[in-house]
Order: sequence, then structure tokens, then C-alpha cells
Amino acid sequence: MSIALQQAAASKPLVDKPTLTARKIATTIGNRLYAAGRDMAPLVVMLALILGVWQLAAGSSTSSLPAPYKIWSDSHELILHPFYDHGGLDKGLGLHLFASLKRVAFGFTLSAIAGIALGMLVGTSQLAMRGLDPIFQVLRTVPPLAWLPLSLAAFREAQPSAIFVIFITAIWPVIINTAVGVRNVPQDYRNVARVIRLRGFGYFAKIVMPSAAPYIFTGLRIGIGLSWLAIVAAEMLIGGVGIGFFIWDAWNSSNISDIIVALIYVGVVGFFLDRLVMLAGRIVTRGTQS
Amino acid sequence: MSSFLEISKVGITFKPGSPAVLVDVDLEVARGEYIAIIGHSGCGKSTLLNIVAGLTNATTGGVLLDGREVDTPGPDRAVVFQNHSLLPWLSCRENVRLAVDQVMGRTRSKAERAAWVDENLDLVRMLPHADKRPGEISGGMKQRIGIARALAMQPKVLLLDEPFGALDALTRAHLQDQVMEIHQRLGTTILMITHDVDEAVLLSDRIVMMTNGPMATIGEIASVDLPRPRDRLALADHSGYIAARTKVMEFLYARHRNPAQAA
Repeated sequence: MSIALQQAAASKPLVDKPTLTARKIATTIGNRLYAAGRDMAPLVVMLALILGVWQLAAGSSTSSLPAPYKIWSDSHELILHPFYDHGGLDKGLGLHLFASLKRVAFGFTLSAIAGIALGMLVGTSQLAMRGLDPIFQVLRTVPPLAWLPLSLAAFREAQPSAIFVIFITAIWPVIINTAVGVRNVPQDYRNVARVIRLRGFGYFAKIVMPSAAPYIFTGLRIGIGLSWLAIVAAEMLIGGVGIGFFIWDAWNSSNISDIIVALIYVGVVGFFLDRLVMLAGRIVTRGTQS
Repeated sequence: MSSFLEISKVGITFKPGSPAVLVDVDLEVARGEYIAIIGHSGCGKSTLLNIVAGLTNATTGGVLLDGREVDTPGPDRAVVFQNHSLLPWLSCRENVRLAVDQVMGRTRSKAERAAWVDENLDLVRMLPHADKRPGEISGGMKQRIGIARALAMQPKVLLLDEPFGALDALTRAHLQDQVMEIHQRLGTTILMITHDVDEAVLLSDRIVMMTNGPMATIGEIASVDLPRPRDRLALADHSGYIAARTKVMEFLYARHRNPAQAA
């Protein structure tokens, strides 16, 4: 019996430890779920409320806009199969979005490269600033779509014209924010560079760029938002493929439900584009704010 | 006295027409000497340090260091800035390494430079925290990294601009002891701006007292003849310490009161 007791005593912690850890894990999971619920619940309730009110308001047969239930019955194929391709222009929303995203990626990359380069020029050189800044300030107020006829005339093709509109839309905030960042390198950092005699390219790469990075990413974030706004409008006019064209096409064939589904997709994609640039900025500029 | 650093007839006027900030500042500093410059706020002591650093150009007069005129900033006059001025996107080690690579990039191999960076971090006892970013360490630690960065340049003269001004009393005492130890060990010539009388007496060989601005200049220079290494506890009752302290206090609060407080 004493042996049995000893064994029991010896084995007790062995049994207890896993249960303790299991309990700890369970509490952690519980806390996580609670936190997620606390954060998400208001959103879920709000969405349900909006859908409910919408259904009530637009549910009657005389309503000019479709109610959520009707949207589902009209357009669930669009929601469930984003990548179908029936040939011609009859494609899933995913493929249209992909075409738009490709244009944005191309135009935005060009505007990021050119915008950062021009911003640095304007930020470092008084002469460039006096010569270019007034021009930028005027051009940046031109609405994106106003560039479209001009770029169609110049490129004579839809694809490069759309990319040019993205480029010219996104470039201004990138230029202006980069220039501000470059001009606002703190005097402390300049003094450090002067004492260690860091000049020219080294000064630019090791002091100016990291110091201006948060400003540059602010510009990029505004730029990507504007490009997404511009591409949808531009695609409505140039046709072919793309989410903007899809919306215009749906309007022409009176598929209001399709338009609403597409709008939600446009919003969600725009949100993720913004978060993507924000995340990239956070990774690149880690520590810079402190 | 053989002068290593010579400040002669230095004066500076920022705006033409307005009164000069500094006039006729003359100071000769010997190699290995520890000089404290003390004065009320606005007396131009930081400006004087910036002139020696080469960050600001004097309107009149000039500065000679080891026989050469100072006109631009350089690593032979490393500055420890009041607000540490570390680059926040670099780790502590990278901050020091940037200076070392820049100053010794041609004369030492990569491995030698890396070892030298760590040696200087160790000198200020910051090696264990070397991979942290400035945002992750305390004010005192940041200042130690600033000192390590400056020392790593092997400057002819180390310029300290109120290096402990923003620190709490305990951290300040700790850092003062470290700077004293480093000065003792390396024999670096040091020029330090301070507004703390005890700090000036404890650390320096001579205390330069500045008159109030505008038209500020050196009012008086007090020698601190205390044996080194110095111990703050033992010195508290030392007659030489008290004499030097009284002299500076008398200058600052009786003869050259802060104009802002005198009214």
C-alpha cells in the first residue's frame, strides 16, 4: 500500500502538469475568442441591422433598387464563382478585379518610382522646387478623368491610357509627401552626418531616405487610394475588361443587383490595397517614429 | 602651457545689426584636459561648443586644434549631443557602426571595425543591449550610446553638450562616474557644457564661467585642483571641492545673476 501511495505521490505532478497547461491553453483560447467577439460583434450587429433595414425599405415590388434577398437570388453566381469565364466579356468578378488590379499595379509602380525620384529632387534642390513645385500644385488639381481623353489621343489604345491615368493620379501625393519628408530631416540627424562627414549618396541613403520613409509611405498610401478611385471611373469609359467596365456593362443591361455586388467588391479590394501599403510602410519604417 | 586646442578671439553675430552673441572668447586647452563650460541659459555656451565642433562658423576669430584651423565639422571633434541624436531606425550597434565605418572605412578592415564597435559599446557597458533600437532603451542608455559613438571616432577632443541634462539624478551620477573613468583611462581631451555646478567641479580640471549674453564672453576660469581618480562621496567634505564650488556659485549667483531672474 505504501508503495502504491508513493507511486501516487510521484505520479501526481506528472498528471497535473499537462492538465494545468491544457487549462492555461484553454483560458488563452477563451480570452482570444472573447477579444475577437468583443471586437467583431458590433460590426456583425451593424451589418445585420443595415441589411434588415435595407430589406424592409427596398423589399416591396415597386422599389427601384433591389433588396438584399433579391440581390442574392439575382447575382449569387457572381458571389459564389468569382473566376468563371464564359468567353468574351462574360467573366467572373474576380477576373475583372484582377484586370483592374493589374493596371493599378503597373501604373502605381511607375508613379511610385517617378514620384519618389521627383519628390527627392524637389526636396533637395531649391532650384528644382522653385521651377517644379508651382507646376505640380496646378497639375495635381486636374481630376483624373480629365486626363483620359488626352492620354487616349496620345496612346491610341485603351490599356496604356488607363495605366497613364493611374500614374498621373497617384504621382502627386507621392511627390509632395516625399519632398516634405526630404526637406524635414531633423537638424540632429544632419549634425550627426556632418560630424562623421557623411555626404552625397551615403548621406542620402543612410540619413535622408530612412528619415523620409514615413512621409513617403503616407504619400504612397494616399496614391494607391486615389488610383483605385480613378481606375474604376476610367474603365467605365475605356471598356473591355475590368471592374469599372463590369459596373458600366451591368448598368447598360439593367442588372442593378450585379452593380451592388461589384461595389462591395470594389470597396473590399480598395480597403485591402490601403492596408497592404500601410503594412509595407510599417515593416520598412519600423522604429523610425521613436 | 602647451595648447592643444586654442580658441582665439571668437565672436559670433547671427543677424547683421543685432548685438553679438559671443565676443572675444579666448581659451587654451591642454592635451588630456577636462574643461567644463558653465553659464546661465542663453549665454551662448552651446554656440561656443558648436563653433569648436565646426557646426557653426564664427564671425570673428578662430579655433585651432592640434595646429590646424577648424572650419568644418569632423570626427576629430566628436560631439555628444544633448538629445543623444541617435538614428532611431538603426540599432545601437548600427548607430556606432555607421560612425566607425564612415571614419575608419579606409584604414581598418571590416573585422577590425566590428571589433572596435563592440569594444566601445563595452566601454560604456552597453554591449548587452547593443541590438536594441534607441526607442527601446532608457534616456541614460541612449546617452551612453551617444558617448560610445563619439569615442569610437577616436576624436582629438570630445565635445559634450549638456550630456546629462535630461537625466534623473541617479542616472546622471552613474554616467558622470563612467565619463570620469573613461577620461582617466583614455586621456581624452574633453570640453563639456553644463549648467550643474557640482558636475563641473566633480569632473573638470578647469571651469570656464561665461558671462550673460548678449555679448557674452569668458568671465573667469577656476582651476579645480583635486586628485584623480575622484570619488563623489569622499569629495563632499573636501576643502578644495567646497572652495571651487563656492567660487563658481559666487560667480553665477552673486556677480552674474541670470538676467531673467535678476529683475
